Amino acid sequence: MEAVAVSKESTKQKLVTELSGSQAVLEALIAEGVDTIFGYPGGAIMPIYDALYDYHEKLKHILVRHEQGGIHAGQGFARTSGKVGVVFATSGPGATNLVTGLADAQIDSTPLVCITGQVFAHLLGTDAFQETDVINITAPVTKWNYQITDATEIPEVLAKAFYIAKSGRPGPVLIDITKNAQLQKFAYTGYVKCSHIRSYRPKPIVRQEFIEEAAKLINEAEKPFVVFGQGVILGKAEKEFKCFIEKSGIPAAWTILGLSALPTDHPLNMGMLGMHGNYGPNVMTNECDVLIAIGMRFDDRVTGRLDKYAKQAKVIHLDIDPSEIDKNVKASVGVWGDCKETLPLLTKLVQSKVYPTWVEKFRNYQQEEEAQVIFDELHPDTDEMTMGEVIRVLNELTNGDAVVVTDVGQHQMVACRYAKFNETRSNITSGGLGTMGFALPAAIGAKFGVPDRTVVAIIGDGGVQMTIQELGTIMQTGIDVKILILNNRFLGMVRQWQQLFHDKRYSFVDIASPDYVTVAKGYGIAGNSVNERVNLRSAIEAMLLYKGSYLLEVMVGKENNVFPMVPQGCSVSEIRLK
Amino acid sequence: MSKQEFTITVYTENHIGLLNRIAIIFSRRKINIESLNTSPSEVEGIHRFTIVIDELEEVVRKLVRQIEKQVEVLKAYYNTNDEIVWQELALYKVSTDEIAEKVKVERLLREYGARAVVIRKDYTIFETSGHREETNRLISVLEPHGLIEFVRSARVAIIKASSGFHEKIKEFEAKEPSDEVIENEYLGKQEEVFTM
Repeated sequence: MEAVAVSKESTKQKLVTELSGSQAVLEALIAEGVDTIFGYPGGAIMPIYDALYDYHEKLKHILVRHEQGGIHAGQGFARTSGKVGVVFATSGPGATNLVTGLADAQIDSTPLVCITGQVFAHLLGTDAFQETDVINITAPVTKWNYQITDATEIPEVLAKAFYIAKSGRPGPVLIDITKNAQLQKFAYTGYVKCSHIRSYRPKPIVRQEFIEEAAKLINEAEKPFVVFGQGVILGKAEKEFKCFIEKSGIPAAWTILGLSALPTDHPLNMGMLGMHGNYGPNVMTNECDVLIAIGMRFDDRVTGRLDKYAKQAKVIHLDIDPSEIDKNVKASVGVWGDCKETLPLLTKLVQSKVYPTWVEKFRNYQQEEEAQVIFDELHPDTDEMTMGEVIRVLNELTNGDAVVVTDVGQHQMVACRYAKFNETRSNITSGGLGTMGFALPAAIGAKFGVPDRTVVAIIGDGGVQMTIQELGTIMQTGIDVKILILNNRFLGMVRQWQQLFHDKRYSFVDIASPDYVTVAKGYGIAGNSVNERVNLRSAIEAMLLYKGSYLLEVMVGKENNVFPMVPQGCSVSEIRLK
Repeated sequence: MSKQEFTITVYTENHIGLLNRIAIIFSRRKINIESLNTSPSEVEGIHRFTIVIDELEEVVRKLVRQIEKQVEVLKAYYNTNDEIVWQELALYKVSTDEIAEKVKVERLLREYGARAVVIRKDYTIFETSGHREETNRLISVLEPHGLIEFVRSARVAIIKASSGFHEKIKEFEAKEPSDEVIENEYLGKQEEVFTM
């Protein structure tokens, strides 16, 4: 970089340097505090990769095996670290391979900045090699996207991208940069972070009158119930949340993305909401008199049948996104704002209380569920192992200190139901989109996000085969990820539905697996497979103690089901224990 | 509550791709846009969309929130027909011979407020503006006489209660905006449509 001129107009005497668009991209990343990029090179992004060659000491680039793996890794990184995940991909197929991850990040509010290469601006619309209309393809699955065709736009647009991705309700942003803009040299005057866009209001002014109304409802309530989601984690408001429920004495239950915001053994943590959630929280939703929803969006997997959801209750909804309030469930009081700000205000106004009889009711349901479902799942007397007992043993060995990354399906529900967590940002899963293949790459990213923590990816035999190529990324980076495959030789969740709702017509759910230990070996990754209970504990222990990545396959019962279950189209109070 | 016509007014940055972002909010929910107009507003650099749909108010309210959620949208409003003044422009191409012989042009001009834009030997183009019923009425008059071509513009509408966007844009540009701009109108003034 050579200083060519000092601008005299500028009173601050800005140093003007000549940079290429590609260099400006990397300067922007450094200015934003980025140190890790997940990506895959290709023709239209080559100038950026060329510049990266000179920046490799400041910016660590993780070469993934597929762009979908890259973006899921970016998601895992963002979710554990709380920072913005950065992903590079080339034009055309590189960019379209990001779409699943973008949709996943959009629905789960994960902050990402994805940078895609694009063909030269003069070739746009000519069906040039590896040209796709990335901006329009990704419009529905990004919080914001923008195409840069002139390098001078790069600093400002990237500043906006980072600001939009991480502020307000976070989400993925995609910046498509044509190759000419990457190559173009321009007078670079430095990078200014963005903190204001006139058409964008991420942070509302909290209105005290709604806090007061909410506090009044809470103070008058006899059977209040808190349901919380990822908003608590995204708002970094775990402490404020804990203060709120501890002072108010209100029992609380979580959506799967809210899991780990409150330690699982907290006395007011009543468990999981929704389709495969716990018995008490589901039934009590339809018995409480005030339902306080914090940073959650009343997804259909949480509410079940909407017209029979919490109809008896007054609903208080705290959310940073105004479009969520009244979207699915009508709120009696909507508290629009960042829960980091709104929760302390509310805590100040609520009375310090306990609800022994009300909490006792939750405990009673818990005991019933324990007796009818949980005990047998965690301590089975069958020959075949259950997914639940694997999670139990894992809990015993990690003491709830590990980051658990799950894929999608039965193992995900079981892991979320039974995994213990002491720390926030420890449960990483694909919630809204339900993306099979998420866990392996997300676990890689998760580990880069928190290198000092143990990261265990729990994956089914279906999901692991969707992104198994990322074993190559593990091999090459030497990252330490524990891979726990729960193999039931079925696409278990679909099979469960076919059993329960389609007369056991098992249509294409019988899935064969390769020898995973051999596959891992091929990638230089240690592994083991167990199908006898007697070896389970020592095998998991060996996996956790192993220095480096390790793949452990556990053969579990073929036709086990996840219960309790709120069947689709049923009310949460119609939850079935078997 | 039944479906009725609502006019959605959206103030936006003038940004490529925003039309698509707004359009897909409707198409994703399989809602047909009856009419869509984009135009400059009274404020330089601020664009204005006028969108007409036939829907339940509850649906429209949610749509407007989704529109406002777009980064480049400054503000969106929805109004019933009582709350706005609106016009649509229509052009009619008819055979000059036919029209001169069989319809009294003078009557057209008087009764339907039509204006001849072009008169050629082979055809004449009339223009009217007004509400849909008014422009439709002229079709029915001209149709028996061989209406060659008809086109109607999107609706343009002005909200009766609006005091324009000049003052508001200053608020938006301020780094620390007043409560008024930043407030969540949906929480406080749910009953009022135009709240800012």
